[in-house]
Amino acid sequence: MRLSPSGLAVPGPSRRSLLRGAGGAALLAGAGIPLLSACGGSGSSSDPKTVTVGSNASDAVPKKAFAEIYAAFKKQSGVTVDVNTKDHNTFQEQINSYLQGTPDDVFNWFAGYRMQFFAKKGLASPIDDVWAKIGGNFPDAMKKLSKGEDGKYYFVPLYTYPWAIFYRKSVFQKHGYEVPTTWDKFVALCKQMKKDGLVPIAFGDKDAWPAMGTFDQINFRVNGYDFHVELMAGKAAWTDAKVKAAFDHWAEILPYHQDGFMGRTWQDAAQSLVSKKAGMYLLGSFVAQQFTDKADLDDLDFFAFPEINPAYGQDTVEAPTDGFMVSKAPKNHAGVVKLLEYLGTPEAEQIYLKADSSVVAASTKADTSAYSPLQKKAFEMISGAKSLTQFMDRDSRPDFTSTVMQPGLQKFLQNPKGVDSLLSSIERQKKQIFASS
Amino acid sequence: MTTDTTTKSPEAAAVPPPGAAPQKKRVTQGHRRLLTRRDRITLAAMAGVPTLLHVALVWVTAIASILLAFTTWDGIGFDSIKWVGLDNFHQLFSDNPQFWPAVQHNVIWFVVLILIPTPFGLFLAVQLDKKIRFTRLYQTAFFLPVVISMACIGFVWQLVYNPDTGLINSIIGANKPGHYIDWIGDPKLNLWAVLIAASWRHAGYMMILYLAGLKSVDPSLREASALDGANEWQTFKNVIFPTLRPTNTVVLVVTIIEALRAFDLVFVFNKGAQGTELLSILVTNNIIGESSRIGYGSAIAVVLLVISLAVIIPYLIATFRKERRA
Repeated sequence: MRLSPSGLAVPGPSRRSLLRGAGGAALLAGAGIPLLSACGGSGSSSDPKTVTVGSNASDAVPKKAFAEIYAAFKKQSGVTVDVNTKDHNTFQEQINSYLQGTPDDVFNWFAGYRMQFFAKKGLASPIDDVWAKIGGNFPDAMKKLSKGEDGKYYFVPLYTYPWAIFYRKSVFQKHGYEVPTTWDKFVALCKQMKKDGLVPIAFGDKDAWPAMGTFDQINFRVNGYDFHVELMAGKAAWTDAKVKAAFDHWAEILPYHQDGFMGRTWQDAAQSLVSKKAGMYLLGSFVAQQFTDKADLDDLDFFAFPEINPAYGQDTVEAPTDGFMVSKAPKNHAGVVKLLEYLGTPEAEQIYLKADSSVVAASTKADTSAYSPLQKKAFEMISGAKSLTQFMDRDSRPDFTSTVMQPGLQKFLQNPKGVDSLLSSIERQKKQIFASS
Repeated sequence: MTTDTTTKSPEAAAVPPPGAAPQKKRVTQGHRRLLTRRDRITLAAMAGVPTLLHVALVWVTAIASILLAFTTWDGIGFDSIKWVGLDNFHQLFSDNPQFWPAVQHNVIWFVVLILIPTPFGLFLAVQLDKKIRFTRLYQTAFFLPVVISMACIGFVWQLVYNPDTGLINSIIGANKPGHYIDWIGDPKLNLWAVLIAASWRHAGYMMILYLAGLKSVDPSLREASALDGANEWQTFKNVIFPTLRPTNTVVLVVTIIEALRAFDLVFVFNKGAQGTELLSILVTNNIIGESSRIGYGSAIAVVLLVISLAVIIPYLIATFRKERRA
């Protein structure tokens, strides 16, 4: 069915029902956006003893952990941190207008393209002065993640977590499975699990982002880190034969994914790993949050996504990193520098990790003795990586990933044979979006 | 000016309310005598405030979004707005794989609502109008879904349709590997699954509208047709239904509006994934959040606006013509 929108001249003012349509469309169409910028930050104080922080840590556990960090900072420096917490998703959705309005001095944000974007737009302040002090606490991969495109530092990382394939040790033991290190072994293991009546790979893509994690893993294993970065940055073409190869690998293991995934949330998919119905699950280490029973949690383990192309091995780890940025015109610059210097220390990270054990410290200097075995393994995996990626929606333009890639990957999952036309459609839309910046 | 002495406050003539000056000459003396200063202030406030609000919130925003549809803008600073002419529309019509399915789904939404829940609502209304026992109870039961917010309805139905733990799959045993029925995700099924939820609500809404219409039907009409020997169906078809004409018009307009503004239910249900794309959801996905393709999203909103106008203008023209004739 095709509806032509042309050929309808709109006569002058009319009655209410017409206006309702017009008004509704207008409100949807972003008339509210400039107005929204007025609802940013709370801090109007230029008190030298206070720093304001815009926080997206609305969940109880991280919120408490941050409060403890700020309390420790106050004890050490005498500067009070005034936290303005917003719902996690709302914070993310309003970030554009928030940063343009009257943002707090410091705000929670993510490393990668999403950070660089705001740095480029002039909505964040460079913090090279802070890094002169804290630089020694971080490995090179973290330093690379904290820089903008102009080479200046804009970000202080706090914690990170890896994406990997999670499994139950007891299930692997019972069936005598071995952790697969190569693609062929991985596919063979999937086949064996299916034979043994297990769902080989738990999967839920209702929220549309989990599929992006699977694509990332396959793509940088097949094509390497450099190509992955170019692809995410919009430089390499999606119609490249290399991308096709990545999708072909995906299509090969697709039959081993849990069915009904389009209507399943990641939490429900994780439950099938908890109940030992599924053998493996590719997700971030936050999957551990679904393991509420201590014995189940102790049984949880993970391995890096198997090698596909020996040229790249398992050298890349997807490790989304969360931390802090400084808004464009902080009211208390000296206080901000002090706070960020503190947040860049292993002590601050340890306070956070005490409360939230599903992540690991971004600094290599942090004390790992209190880590759970899972955290220790995650820490080793991240610090041993040659390159770190963030996640598709953090490494690429958010408008591209949310409006093109999310529906695109869902389409692939439902019809893996249509990959050629899908990729050329993605490429066309990518060009339009990346050209419009 | 001396004629103003009849008003309670003579200084009104000396200091006319601002803005009234240009019309001074045209206003007849008789009119002026009727309006005291207080009246005029009240009138100005009553007409002016709503007009201002209306212009600011409806016209300015509508025109702004139409203009933005011809630009690209990431929402950061007004200087980053770039004029691109018809590019957004061109991309939308030729390269956006979600656009035409979305238009199609909005149309299906309307057709289904008008063909299934609307006649069913009429049927319920006719039955309840017969003063059967517990009629109030039935009315409440059928109307209840209309009172619940769409977001809650989406949430409830999403639990019913959940592939692993949902009511339907649990009952029919479709939650085992190999037998999954993915009501929420399968693009061949999910639109119909959502439409069942939408119809469930819409039927109650239509029932109340028709019930109100039926209550206003003159009982003597029924009596007359009974005397003429018409059976129940004939009475309904030839006498009652034609008198429901005004209600039918309202029902039609309400259903069209429901079909065009369909959003909340689907957004909660599966965020408009493949199979349930809707224009309103495309607008939101492009504008809200970090994506901020404001120009592109506005272009989709303009398409939605044009479709609304295409439906509503002929209706308004017809109504006005009738009023003028009457």
